Amino acid sequence: MKTELDEAKKETAQCSCSEDEESLYSGLDVVIDGFIGVPGALIPVLQSTQNIFGYLPEKALKHISERMKIPYSEVTGVVTFYSYFSTVPRGKHIIRVCLGTSCYVRGGKEVLEAIQKKLSIPVGGTTVDKMFSLEVGRCFGACGLAPTISIDGEVYKRVKPTKIGEIIEPFYAEAEANAGADREEV
Amino acid sequence: MNNQLLKVGLGSCGIAAGAQDVYNYLSSDIDKNNYPGLDLGKTSCIGLCFAEPIVEFHEGDKRIVYGNVDIKLAEKILKGISTGVLPEENRILEEKGEGKRVAADDNIVKYTGRQVKLALKNCGIIDPESIEEYTARGGYKALEKAVNSMQMQEIIDVMKESGLKGRGGAGFLTGQKWEFLLRAKGDKKYLVCNADEGDPGAFMDRAILEGDPHVVIEGMIIAAKATGAYKGYIYCRAEYPLAVKRLHKAIADAKEKNFLGEKILGSDFSFDIIVKEGAGAFVCGEETALIMSIQGGRGMPNLRPPFPAESGIHQSPTNINNVETYANVPGIILNGPESFNKYKSGNSTGTKVFALAGKVKRVGLVEVPMGLTIREVVEEIGGGSSTGLPLKAVQMGGPAGGCIPESMFDTPINYDSINATGAIMGSGGLIVMDASSCMVDVARYFLQFTQNESCGKCTFCRIGTKRMLEILERITTGSGTIKDIDMLEELANHVRKTSLCGLGQLAPNPVLTTLKYFRDEYLAHVNDKKCPAGVCRSLIEIKIDPDKCTGCTLCARVCPVNAIAGERKMTHVIDSGICTRCGMCIQKCKFDAIYRI
Repeated sequence: MKTELDEAKKETAQCSCSEDEESLYSGLDVVIDGFIGVPGALIPVLQSTQNIFGYLPEKALKHISERMKIPYSEVTGVVTFYSYFSTVPRGKHIIRVCLGTSCYVRGGKEVLEAIQKKLSIPVGGTTVDKMFSLEVGRCFGACGLAPTISIDGEVYKRVKPTKIGEIIEPFYAEAEANAGADREEV
Repeated sequence: MNNQLLKVGLGSCGIAAGAQDVYNYLSSDIDKNNYPGLDLGKTSCIGLCFAEPIVEFHEGDKRIVYGNVDIKLAEKILKGISTGVLPEENRILEEKGEGKRVAADDNIVKYTGRQVKLALKNCGIIDPESIEEYTARGGYKALEKAVNSMQMQEIIDVMKESGLKGRGGAGFLTGQKWEFLLRAKGDKKYLVCNADEGDPGAFMDRAILEGDPHVVIEGMIIAAKATGAYKGYIYCRAEYPLAVKRLHKAIADAKEKNFLGEKILGSDFSFDIIVKEGAGAFVCGEETALIMSIQGGRGMPNLRPPFPAESGIHQSPTNINNVETYANVPGIILNGPESFNKYKSGNSTGTKVFALAGKVKRVGLVEVPMGLTIREVVEEIGGGSSTGLPLKAVQMGGPAGGCIPESMFDTPINYDSINATGAIMGSGGLIVMDASSCMVDVARYFLQFTQNESCGKCTFCRIGTKRMLEILERITTGSGTIKDIDMLEELANHVRKTSLCGLGQLAPNPVLTTLKYFRDEYLAHVNDKKCPAGVCRSLIEIKIDPDKCTGCTLCARVCPVNAIAGERKMTHVIDSGICTRCGMCIQKCKFDAIYRI
């Protein structure tokens, strides 16, 4: 079970857009089957679903509701309660700015503002080109390196508001290089 | 030739500082070039966050610890291993054999001198993914003792005698809690390990789970043996992927060795542990909410009684303890209650782990005996202010805790003394604040946090915290009045008395403690419309000192709103109407010519 989930995680990390919808739903069915008869399975099923789709589409939630025989209202009730779940598609890279106390007193708020300005999106927003989503984190447990941000889980230490450009640029450069490689292949 | 070992600290903190790159470099170079007798290993957080990444060299009983290691130094260390002359730089700790310990760095002497490691005794020493390294340091010996030679009540009596109190914050006697579960009626009893560490600025539980997962598992199995529980859950927050991964591995290894699972160590006692990942809700740290979440629903708290010991998971008797509490259990069982309660202050025994952070020189994970004063922790262990500005307060207990002013830093650390200040011991976040921290803004920050995390079930928490936050926003933006302060205090007391769960009851603490100790700062905000610390943006201005400005134009170029004007080599001026007080110019200026008033 675990290995299948890991595979699913890996696949979606690479590309969640071009994958055939049907295979995503059969992946979801594998997950649901693994939890038949297990009490309290809704949250782990939703976590796996989000790993498969990158977010929680309405259709997938209805599918879960039917297959697990849990009222749709209860499913959405749980989804909207927890901050980990998102019902809207997110960017390719997730930037999380730590606003734990240590990062906050060491200038995390200024870092957040600089990123908002740089990407022109609010907290919870996604850039028009779907490259970045911006979220606020509570504490990454790296208080010794405050202020910190994380991009796709990788923590950047002692971030300065004036250095945001240097952190973000490589992602665009990489996307550009990949696009170039794709064009060559075609 | 002696066997040599290089160990890299690969906790979340170390990885963030670049330890993984160092490890990868060492690993590929050791593969490529032959170093006879050299092994590469890993460990987790050693607690010296300020010196990460950390690499240790072992040879026989000699040990050299290097701090702030980059690829360049890693290269030098490998070169030193082949030539037999190891680099002298960045040595932070040395053991020269025969028990002689030399700290090369004065920082480390002060940092480690007052600490006592009980819960963290293996953290940063063993490879957390190796059960053999855990058992080699006495791991699972306590479980053997409990299973083979102790009765249920006997274990509980030892726990009671040790005086261990719940390290999650509430401070309830652990042995007594276990006794409630033992006495509870029901054939299915559950144990829960609360690893939903949600306080912003606290990372004690993460460090233990990442650094020594087996000690928590062993503690839980002993608790199960004492109380008759048949199943346990570790509820870990989803933000800790490394901790979750290491827990899964540790559980599988423990099962293979028959420390966990069916008929443990050949006895007729069976117990199983399941890891549940949280989904991001601070309120789930409250025990009734946590139970709701484990059952797969919205994590909303319920009224107690009934207490979980009577009716918890699936209405069955349930006991919940925190990570650090379980981590203390094996030591107490193996070495006796006196090994723990010999550290005593007031009504508290043993040690407490703190995540020491904020404006302090040496940031890290520290474990201190009860009775040490706040000043000793902040000034001796932490090395005092990191900014050179005088220290103002420490914040203990996160959003449920409070601020203790510098004038009370001689308060000894124990549950009673800390509670008497209005703060709480909490789970162990200890954030140091200096003169550049605005206490009204700190109160607003924590209230915004709890308001955001309020589950919405009870009115006083849902609406009361919202109204309190609105008042604090008025005060920090300069439109507050003296009446607002009275209203804030009144509301705070109502929310505290009438909320359903701990989140709401304790939410006013940051406000009440700052009002108690830093009322003058509130008054400066409402009466003089000034923020003494220079934090609240609506109340400050940013100015350029004409005597210091060299006209380098750097500030004008970095200003995101073009509020700075001036010719090259001429004094620059900030247009206060356009300036957003972001402070980017202050950071960039090389001549300290820009300041806040």
